Amino acid sequence: MAHSHDQHVAADGGAAQRKVIWKTFWILLILTAFEFLIAFTMAHGTLRITIFVLMTIVKAFYIVGEFMHLRHETKSLIWAITIPTVLLIWFVVALIVEGAYFFEEINIFKFRN
Amino acid sequence: MASTITTTNGEPKLWLGGVEPMKASYGKLMMWFFLLSDTFTFGAFLVSYGLIRYSYPAYSGDVADFTFSNLYWPIPEKVFASVPFLHGVYLPLVFVGIMTFILIFSSVTMVLAVEAGNRKDRAGVQKWLLWTLLGGITFLSCQAWEWSHFIHGTEEGTVITELVNNQWIERTIYGANLIENQYGPVAFADLFFFITGFHGFHVSIGVSLLFLVFYRTATGFYDRRGSYEMVEKVGLYWHFVDLVWVFVFTFFYLV
Repeated sequence: MAHSHDQHVAADGGAAQRKVIWKTFWILLILTAFEFLIAFTMAHGTLRITIFVLMTIVKAFYIVGEFMHLRHETKSLIWAITIPTVLLIWFVVALIVEGAYFFEEINIFKFRN
Repeated sequence: MASTITTTNGEPKLWLGGVEPMKASYGKLMMWFFLLSDTFTFGAFLVSYGLIRYSYPAYSGDVADFTFSNLYWPIPEKVFASVPFLHGVYLPLVFVGIMTFILIFSSVTMVLAVEAGNRKDRAGVQKWLLWTLLGGITFLSCQAWEWSHFIHGTEEGTVITELVNNQWIERTIYGANLIENQYGPVAFADLFFFITGFHGFHVSIGVSLLFLVFYRTATGFYDRRGSYEMVEKVGLYWHFVDLVWVFVFTFFYLV
């Protein structure tokens, strides 16, 4: 028989929790709408990309923390998930920089004077 | 528990067996660790996308003068500018925005299903699971349309010049396949199919899981078991799929 974790039913029948769920939905929606606004109004460049990436990480924080409930789990579980992911972000940034270097190497004769 | 190792004053030692150190059941913990491994997989895809993309020149010039070419990476909003039933209308990123909204909304309905499961409200779980299922199927249909439109191409196509038998020949190509595409370098279409395809594959698995869980809920299986934790575990998977889409959407369509 699977050990079931007793979910204590809140006194208000879960209404407060539902409110948090809908609030998180509106936050995600507004963040996405804002991203679209930036996509069409801001000039292409590094600042724009940085803003997009930061906003995506904020959205990820809400999805993982609230929807997946990670914020309310034990610390060891939170760290087991977040620490590798943070290191992954380092990996992403490092390899994008590599890509830019790679591009210059392919085109090294174009850039020489 | 007899198998728990305890300290001298009787408290169970946290990491020596018999207790749940992370206060999560085996199934839930394993789902979390599976999702972490899947994060590495998608992380690797996005990393290679970043590396390959930045090894191509970006379009330099006025956005208004942009045309497709296989010499530079295309501007995504110029590529993804169509909506079903509105042929010829220029609506940059509108359809992918609708897809993102559908998936985020299905995530919300999933959380509501889990919340109903916490209260053992079977009718509520069924209702919210059905909404989530509808969202997932709609997303897959939208993605299928997006692919078919991408593969089919625009009316004008793109003229490319290539060296054939020591002669420069011009020809017009339409749409995309794995060998050439009208939008940009070969890698652009390849990566589009690969990354959105892998994500869509995960969504379809999620849809199957959702249907299974819905069936089990509707036939009272979880009532008899006494716990709706399975709904929660499938919910974790579904949120992960949504999370991956948020990243794919940002890196592919916005950046």
